[in-house]
Amino acid sequence: MDESVLEKLKVLAESARYDVSCSSSGTSRSNKKGTIGSAAGWGICHSFAEDGRCISLLKIMLTNYCIYDCAYCINRRSNDIRRATLSVSELVNITIEFYRRNYIEGLFLSSGVVRNADYTMERLVRIVKDLRLVHKFNGYIHMKSIPGASEELVREAGLYADRMSVNIEIPNEANLQSLAPEKTFQSVFTPMRYIQQGMLQSADERKRFRHAPRFVPAGQSTQMIVGATPDTDKDILRVSSALYQRPSMKRVYYSGFVPVNAYDNRLPALKQPPLVRENRLYQADWLLRFYQFKVDEIVDDAYPDLDLEVDPKLAWALRHPECFPVDINKADYEMILRVPGIGVKSAKLIVVSRRHNRLGAEQLKKIGIVMKKAQYFITCHELPIHTINELRPENVRLILTQKSGGRKRRQDENQLILPFEEHSDA
Amino acid sequence: MIVFSYDNSLEGLLTAVFDAYARKTFPDMLLGEEDALPLFYDELHRVITDTAKADRVWKALEKKLSKVALSEITVSWLSELPEVGPLIFRYIRKNIDAPQSVEMNFGDPDVLALSKIWKKVGQEKSRLVQFLRFQKAADGTYFAAMEPLYNVLPLAIPFLKDRYADQRWLVYDLKREYGYYYDLQEVIEVRFEKKEEHLLSGFLSEELMDKDEKLFQQMWKQYYTSIAIQERKNPKQQRSFMPVRFWKYLTEKR
Repeated sequence: MDESVLEKLKVLAESARYDVSCSSSGTSRSNKKGTIGSAAGWGICHSFAEDGRCISLLKIMLTNYCIYDCAYCINRRSNDIRRATLSVSELVNITIEFYRRNYIEGLFLSSGVVRNADYTMERLVRIVKDLRLVHKFNGYIHMKSIPGASEELVREAGLYADRMSVNIEIPNEANLQSLAPEKTFQSVFTPMRYIQQGMLQSADERKRFRHAPRFVPAGQSTQMIVGATPDTDKDILRVSSALYQRPSMKRVYYSGFVPVNAYDNRLPALKQPPLVRENRLYQADWLLRFYQFKVDEIVDDAYPDLDLEVDPKLAWALRHPECFPVDINKADYEMILRVPGIGVKSAKLIVVSRRHNRLGAEQLKKIGIVMKKAQYFITCHELPIHTINELRPENVRLILTQKSGGRKRRQDENQLILPFEEHSDA
Repeated sequence: MIVFSYDNSLEGLLTAVFDAYARKTFPDMLLGEEDALPLFYDELHRVITDTAKADRVWKALEKKLSKVALSEITVSWLSELPEVGPLIFRYIRKNIDAPQSVEMNFGDPDVLALSKIWKKVGQEKSRLVQFLRFQKAADGTYFAAMEPLYNVLPLAIPFLKDRYADQRWLVYDLKREYGYYYDLQEVIEVRFEKKEEHLLSGFLSEELMDKDEKLFQQMWKQYYTSIAIQERKNPKQQRSFMPVRFWKYLTEKR
């Protein structure tokens, strides 16, 4: 290990940073006596980078040489950037040494495609195998599956990785084809299917043999780029929703497009990444996974894009005043979950607590409900004041957006502001 | 007014509970040994810590309270907050006097207050586990030092022992001047008479470091800088997840 590795690390981390996934939970790999590491329990965020994103895994590429020429990717072959490759032993060594110093929870391993998919995949498998078998490493490993890799290699990788992922990147096949001519939906969905088959098969085997090996215990994830193509939020969320129907898909990540290749005129010229839109998509994703929303309720042909001003749950409530107000003391759990300002935790607490006595506004506040929002959508023990039906949705919207934005920040930027100092008479 | 004074240990506190029930008088004020006595009082009872008495109180609590409630007592004690002693005393007394445990009655101000302290201490423990950074010394021991707000080092030991089972390590609390050492077999508490430089600063000097330590620190710093996307800079979010008070001991932030 010498100074040259430092330079490689820089190049390869810069190439890997556009992968969003950072989760390190959901597996049950515990420490075996006298070995290093444990991935049982919750994942831990060990640090936070300047962009506010957590660092939990060593997110790195084996190499950033690539035979593909995807327009949205920094590592496309026609880009004139520095290229580097780490050797298997260097990468394994860095992972172990970082882990021993409590810098990381494990490894997020990805790679550009060199020669062909199988050649690349084989080298990735060699790294995870080395970590698990030679170094007895029990930390978390997230491994990208290379599009087009053979089933045997995916099957082998799954025995050592905790999570695997294949990125869709673009939710629409025609758009994917125009930006990444070498990729098709098939090349993405085939490895996804291999991973899923492996998981289902392993689950089945474990029913019969308790010690049958686990296969990708933390499931698979994927990622879509937001804002690189004219695809609407409806297109994106429909793909997500379809993916969540699959038993193995644990997370879909959304990555606000950072224009890394500004010269390519197939891509939009953005001043900065669409961060608000990205955030709204994550909120919609949560509604799909934890709030029992159907994708058509969040976005449809009349509203193909998410409202940037209010969160998707509030937006749904404003479009459906006929569903409100909800009686906290009587309504079903599913309906309470739909009230803006009430989360999963508080909805459960409400259902448990109301068995003992009827709940009032004061108790709801203590339970942790955001009354600022919820008050327009509920009735409880003593709260028959103005609800959305008396106020009209457009007024509720006005009240809530004004409050959340803060008056100062909402000032028109084109308006000249004269700073008059306030004098007190005293 | 009845005043009890005790030796500022959890055992002492439990003994105080025992004494109160034995004497059938309850303190209006519970003080540490070194605390100044109030200007006037009717009676002062000095609690003499007695393990047997403390054990009896604890056994009684174990019968009545859930595991979570018991951990609320032991964990909150580590907060070292001045009000936590009297608070735990009242919490125990309320539980003993009630026919059933009152641990879920969050309408009671003492129950609510204790659970809040418990959560805060738990969070500090998570932060310790997140932001602890080991440095490898020339003799192969991994050394990490920190100044947690509360005395949470003991809470992190099971985690460290499980995860770093095949390396010798020393974690050290700079504020409370003690630490834990793991010798590949078991974890022992350590205190040092003579304070070496690294026990004051929290960092190994270069001559004490393993030969590759410097390089790995540099690599980690490099990685930390390279992984951030400059177009998405968000210092506010960074600080809210990783409060500035931890930066002093973070390898990547020095």
